[in-house]
Parts: sequence; structure tokens; C-alpha cells
Amino acid sequence: MSIALPIVDHPKAARDFVNNVPRSHWHDDSLWFVRSKRDRQAQSIPEWEYLRETASAIKRHTIAKLPDYLQEFEASATRMGAVVHWASDASEHNAIVLNLLRNSGAHRIIKSKSMLTEECGLNEYLIEHGIDVVDTDLGERIVQLRGETPSHIVLPAIHIKKEEVGETFHQHLGTRKGEADPQVLTEAARGHLRGKFLEGEVGITGVNFGIAETGGIVVCTNEGNADLGVSLPRVHIACMGIEKLLPRFQDLAVFTRLLARSATGQPITSYTSHFHGPRDENSELHIVLVDNGRTKIRDSDTFRDALNCIRCGACMNTCPVYRRSGGHSYQATVPGPIGSVLGPAKNAKAHKSLPYACSLCGSCTDVCPVKIPLHHQLLAWRKELVGQRLLAWNKRVGMKAASFLFQHPKLFAFSGYWGRMALRILPKFLTHNRLNEWAIDRDLPEPPRQSFRAWYAENRGSETAEKTE
Amino acid sequence: MKNVALFVPCYIDQFFPNVAISTLQLLEKQGLTVHFPPSQTCCGQPMANTGCSADAAPVARKFVEMFSGYDAVVCPSGSCTSMIRTHYGDYFASDDEQFIRVRDSTFELCEFLVNQLGVRNMPGKFPHKVSIHSSCHGLRELRLGPCSEQMTPRENLLRVLLESLDEVEIMPITRTDECCGFGGTFAVTERETSVAMGVDRVQDHIAAGSEMMIAGDMSCLMHMQGLIRRRDMPLKVMHIAEVLQQAAGD
Amino acid sequence: MIAKNESVSGQASPSANRSRQTILDRLRGRTVEGPDLPEIDANRLVRFGDPIAQFQETLSFVGGQAHMVDSPQQIAEILGEIEVFANARRIASTFPEAVAPTVDLSEIKDPHDLSALDWTIVRGEFGVAENGAIWVDGATLPHRVMIFIAQYLAIAISRTQIVDHMHDAYARIGTPAPGFGIFVSGPSKTADIEQSLVLGAHGCRTLQVFLLP
Repeated sequence: MSIALPIVDHPKAARDFVNNVPRSHWHDDSLWFVRSKRDRQAQSIPEWEYLRETASAIKRHTIAKLPDYLQEFEASATRMGAVVHWASDASEHNAIVLNLLRNSGAHRIIKSKSMLTEECGLNEYLIEHGIDVVDTDLGERIVQLRGETPSHIVLPAIHIKKEEVGETFHQHLGTRKGEADPQVLTEAARGHLRGKFLEGEVGITGVNFGIAETGGIVVCTNEGNADLGVSLPRVHIACMGIEKLLPRFQDLAVFTRLLARSATGQPITSYTSHFHGPRDENSELHIVLVDNGRTKIRDSDTFRDALNCIRCGACMNTCPVYRRSGGHSYQATVPGPIGSVLGPAKNAKAHKSLPYACSLCGSCTDVCPVKIPLHHQLLAWRKELVGQRLLAWNKRVGMKAASFLFQHPKLFAFSGYWGRMALRILPKFLTHNRLNEWAIDRDLPEPPRQSFRAWYAENRGSETAEKTE
Repeated sequence: MKNVALFVPCYIDQFFPNVAISTLQLLEKQGLTVHFPPSQTCCGQPMANTGCSADAAPVARKFVEMFSGYDAVVCPSGSCTSMIRTHYGDYFASDDEQFIRVRDSTFELCEFLVNQLGVRNMPGKFPHKVSIHSSCHGLRELRLGPCSEQMTPRENLLRVLLESLDEVEIMPITRTDECCGFGGTFAVTERETSVAMGVDRVQDHIAAGSEMMIAGDMSCLMHMQGLIRRRDMPLKVMHIAEVLQQAAGD
Repeated sequence: MIAKNESVSGQASPSANRSRQTILDRLRGRTVEGPDLPEIDANRLVRFGDPIAQFQETLSFVGGQAHMVDSPQQIAEILGEIEVFANARRIASTFPEAVAPTVDLSEIKDPHDLSALDWTIVRGEFGVAENGAIWVDGATLPHRVMIFIAQYLAIAISRTQIVDHMHDAYARIGTPAPGFGIFVSGPSKTADIEQSLVLGAHGCRTLQVFLLP
């Protein structure tokens, strides 16, 4: 089912955020701070690059043999007493979850952070069907109360200032007007959400890792909200992308060493919970396996490695474009570098500006704990988009013209000569104006009298292209 | 190794010829015979980076033709060199020997001097407070130095050469390898972000007490110099080739 | 309330079986090359000269407090000096030699009834030096929620049971039994409000770790 998505114009969407210099700098500094913490953790492990290499190999191996591992997981998890469901796409996932809630007679659910459920639009779907949904991750709760979407996959409220959180909590939780102390605000959220935990009838979580060998699922949090959310109600629904699988229990060692260090610069999350089957004979554990486009990405030799992703967000923390333009400018469930690879895979037309929201600096590739060649994939997406005729016609024409010019050295030299001449002779208001996009913010370089090739012809060469200068 | 071709990026040929002249002179001082194949224009990176491989392909093929038959091809740009070494594979059969030979003998200037010629000491003095901008492609594609993301120890080849000059003072900046925001057409299509990135870089260098930003890629410098001039910021920029040549004193 | 056997497994319904088959067919329709599953070379892994010291240092870094003790009785003494413990009324403990519980967990049928717990004291199986984590075996917890719902948490381990890193940790757990197991590293925390670290998000506000002989 394809609903035409609005086309994201990243530069336009980013404009206000970037141009608000103090805010953009504040956002940039916050994320750079997280990146620095990551660096310190990485430096403390001599075998860091070995871990990355190993993690990448484990993931690529698993993705290659995914059908076998999924069946092994299903069998192991079922043996443990969990119930495994399969969903081809987002709407099936949502229907399965709703069905489970209907069968439990549940109307109030408590949720911990799951990018997969964001991707499927689960919250909106459940609310439409009369279910009360409470997101218990503090950052998620903040954006939920504000009617916003998360701007980062690990730090959902990174774009919000504490004063703004204070306003929201004053409105919804009754805290003192003007309160901005994070300690006080967190305490207020603790109290408010405690009530929700106790009232919740079903707990929904994501899955950080599923283990094929043992049928277990692992959920990592700092707040303890996922655990509170599933240790109280009798029913636990765990939503899992099919690529989240690992082959063996021991493989968790590599990933639990990399995940939190990459995501937030902590050696490990406060809680790393391992669930093998339901809590007791009166409880249920449902695992919903979701495809929703992952098999399609797996088909592609170029983009397959994007499935290695463990959703740590390190690429966002390091991306100079993301840091300055903010997660909302991507208008995609997952923003930043990995989001700019996944978005076009979902819908190339809607997300065609995202692979270009990138200076190809390569920092993302170097921080990725599972070695996804992100900036190369972004470049590959550009090629794809041009092939699908999604590049603006004026840019295509411009590139054709450039190609022609570069294949004709005499013409190139000739244009260069007259271009420089024009720059020297023409008044600044003609050469530097809004029609020349470069010159809106930058002065053009001083045009030299002589090009290098002309100098070379004069000073070194006998065989030269031309001596027009 | 005697016979070396000089590969001059298109914008250096037209707008910053002194960088190419300095490169030529540096190489000649090492006793090499340097030739500038006159029908060169561009490596095709602008088209390739926009995704227009069909437009980049003929340019790439002409390039390989033109630069065949030399012991080495040297280029004063990490970005353009990276195009040849990392991305040209898209346009040639994997067993195309002529391409492979060109690819494996194309070097950025600093890596050529240090790794290929074993030069670690450059003559002369450069009595200035300077700072280094590490251009992204040279850093993360060619690995011309250590990058802050990775824990692998590497030598910064530009720094090796710069440090060897007398009386130079290299000021440390806070973000040692953040991108300047040029990014090719990114500079225009994501204008505001590109400008913000460039201005932040310049401010980092100024705050470090530097008089001059030195880099191995003129594209980064061209972008930042444009911003510096427009906003009247107190920082000069210079390409490493020009620095080394100026220090040598002729 | 659906009992497990009659649960809506979805596997019974034809449309769910279709999706399962569709997904597996899509995956099998494409032969994908991948590397062999790598085995870890233990020689490349970090080793700590003094794992106990490393554990204490990292625990402190993640916001926990470590105490070296010679006996379970000392645990009660140290806790007794903490105001919030001295004033605590509802204490759950699976380590009665250290701290006597005031709540009889065997009487609790519904985990919701533990909502007013002040303190939980439990035993951990072992610690991990590289990250200050402690493995708690769910089988030792009458109600797993007690770890999260109490305002304050204390865990006791033997200081001789500290491994260097997670590879040794998982090897030590071996084949997981059905049920629950958790690595706890420091108290619950969040930095979701302007990256300001706040200890005590939804779970315990502080974590005391006692290192017995």
C-alpha cells in the first residue's frame, strides 16, 4: 500500500534550525559532547577496532544466513514458552499487536523505546483504536506530551531545552512554572510514570538483540523503564526487526561491549535484560518478527550492510550536518546518516534529498560499531536516484555540461580563461549576487592572470595545449 | 622512480595556479622529471559525487589514458587523489591493467613525499603560528593521518612535513578533524549548513591563536577563504605545497 | 486472561502462516554470501591486572557505590549508616544473613504489591570489571520487579567472582535457563533532559554493591 509521502526538502527543512545560530550551536555542542564520551570509551579498549571488525562479520554472516537463523530462533523461543509472530509489513505488525491486546482485554499499555514501533506508527494506530499508550522512556514521554516526534533514535529529546521541558511538565504534570532543574523534572516524571507503570495492562518493548541459539531476547535501557514495564503486567509484547538476530549467546559479548559505548559513551547500559520465555505459567511473552522492507534491503549487494545497524545513533552524534540541522530536518523515522540510507530504501522519491544532505566526510562510517560503509552507501544512493531520474533536471543538465567541458581540454581552458577575465573585469554586484549561489555567503577567489597550464606552457613545456594567455 | 606526472585539480589550474607551481617545484627539487599532461582537465569527481556516473565515466577513461606510462602520478589534493584510488573502480573492469597501474601509482603530494620518497625533513623556515585543517577525503579515504573516530594509530603526513620546518608553531584546535562543509555541490545545495560548518572551523582555528590555516586540499581552503573574506575574519589560508615551497625560499 | 496454551499464537491463523512463509521465501530467494561466524581470539581481549580495583573504579564511574566487606553482618552495619535505609520500612531481601527483610516475598502473589518497596537487597552471581556490571540470576528473585521497583538497591557479590570482560561473563553464564537474567551496572539513570545526568530515573535511585570475600 503506497500512500504518497510528502517529498522532504532537507535544505529547506533545515534552514530555520541552522540559521538560529545559538540554538544550532547548542544542539551541535550537546551531540559533540556525546561523541566525545564515545571517543573516551573507545580509547579505553585496546581491542576496539577488533571488536568493530568482529561485530561487522557476525552481522554480515547472520544476515547472509538469516532464514536459517530466524527459524532456529523461532524454534528456540517457542521451546522457551514464547509465542513468535511474523509480520510482513508495518500494518500487519500493528494488527498483530492490536489483536493481542484485544485478546488480553487490555486498554492501557506501557511502552519502552522501540524504533521499530515508531517505524510502524504503532502508537498512532493503537490510539486510533482506543488504546491508551504511554511511552515510558523519559525522552519519548517528553516528546509524546509535546505532540512531537523524537529527533534522535537514542536521545529523543536532544533538541529540547530544559526550560521547554519545564513548560511541558508544568502543563501536563503540574510542576512549578519555570522549573528547569533536570533533577526536579526527572523526579516529577518518575512519580507520574510510576502511576502509569502500575496501571499498565500490557508491556510493549523493542528488542536490541535476539539470540537464535537460545530463543532469548535482550533489552538494554538506562532508566529501567522497559523492565518495570514488563515485570508488572502479565503480557509482554516484544517487537523485533528480523535483522536484530545474533547466532549465539556468546555473541552478545561483542555487542554489549559496543552498543552503549557507541551510543552514549557509557561502558554498558544500567540494565541489560535477558528474557528467555515468559515470566511464569500465568504470563505471556509474544515476539513479533517484522520485515517491513528489510528483506528488500538484504537483496541489494550495495545496501545490505545497512542491516548490520544496531540503532546506536553514533552516526548521528558525529554527523556535522545532523548536529547543525537537527533530526527533524530529515522528516524520517530514523534521521541522520543511517536514516538517509534507510529512508530512500522505503521511498526514494520522498527521501531523495537525504543522501545529498551530506558532505561525504566519512565520519559516520568510522564511528559505526558494525562498520556500515555509510558515506559510500549515501553516494551509491545518489547514483540510484539519478538512475531513477529523481535528480533535479537543472542539476542533471549542469553535470552533462560539466562532463562535456571536461572532455574537451581546449574548451575547458578557453572557458576558464574567459571566466576569470569576466571575474576580473565585471563589477562585484554582477558576479556576486543571488544568482550565483556560491557567492551568497562567500567571496569568489581572486582570479589569477594566468592559469597553471598557461604558466607551464610558458615556463616548462614545448608541447602545450594552447598559448592563448 | 624518475618520471612523474603532475595531476592538477581543475579549480587549482584555473584559480590557484601557485599551488600547482609550488607542487611542481617541490617535486623537481627532489630530482624528479615532472610532466604536466596538457590535455588534462578534471578527475570527474563533481559528476561522480552528484551521482551522475554516466557523465563521470568518459572523463575517468580519458584520465587513465592520459596518465598512463608514468612511474607515479602526484596530485596536490587528497580529494581528487581519492577519486582515482577509491572510486574510479566503478568505471573500469576489475582486471583492467592500465587502470590498476594508474590507480596504484597515484598519490597525494604529502603521502608521495613521505611514503614514496621517504622525505621527512623539508628545508627552510616558516616562522608563523599555524594550524592544520585535515581534509576529510585525504583523512578518511586515503588515511593520510589518524582520525579521531578510529583507534588505529597513524601518522599525519602533512604534519610530518610541516613540523620539520624551522620556527613553525602548530597550534592545537579543538575539533581536529571535523568537516569544513565544502563537500562539492553540497556547498551550494545545503548552503546554510555548509556555511555554518565552515564558519565554525574558521572560528576554531582563530580561537587557537593561529594566523594561518594550512591544508592539503585547496577546495576546503577555497570555501573557508570565501567565508573569511566575506566576513572579514582574521585568518589566512595556505596550501601545504605553497608553505613548503615558500619556506625553501626560492 | 489467556492461558499460554490457548494463546493467540497467530501461528494457527492462515494469514500469519502466510507471512512467515512469505518472509522466509523472500529470504531464501536470494543467495547471499557472507563471512564465516568469527571466533574470538582471547589473546586480543583486555586483561586487568587488578580486576577488583577496576570493577570498583568503573562502578563508581557509572554512579554506583562499592563497599569491601568481610562478612554479611558488615553489610547491615554499613547500610544502617545510610539515612534512607535506617528510615526504611519496607525492605525485600534475598540475602537474610546480611539484611533481614521486612516484607515476606513468599506472601506476595501480585508484583504490583511491591510498589511501596523502599529497599531491595539481593545477591549477584559475579561482577564484570570492564563495566562495573553484576549478573543477577532471575531464578534467585521471587519477583523480578523487586530489582526495579524499590527506591534503593543493594547487591552483594564475592570479590573473587569478578571477570575481566563480557566475553568471560557470557562464557560463565553458559547456556541460559528459561527465565530472566540481568546485568545491572549502576543505578537507573537518564540524561534525556539537556544531557544532564540524573541518577534515579525509573528504577533505583542509588546502587550499593558489597564485595564479600
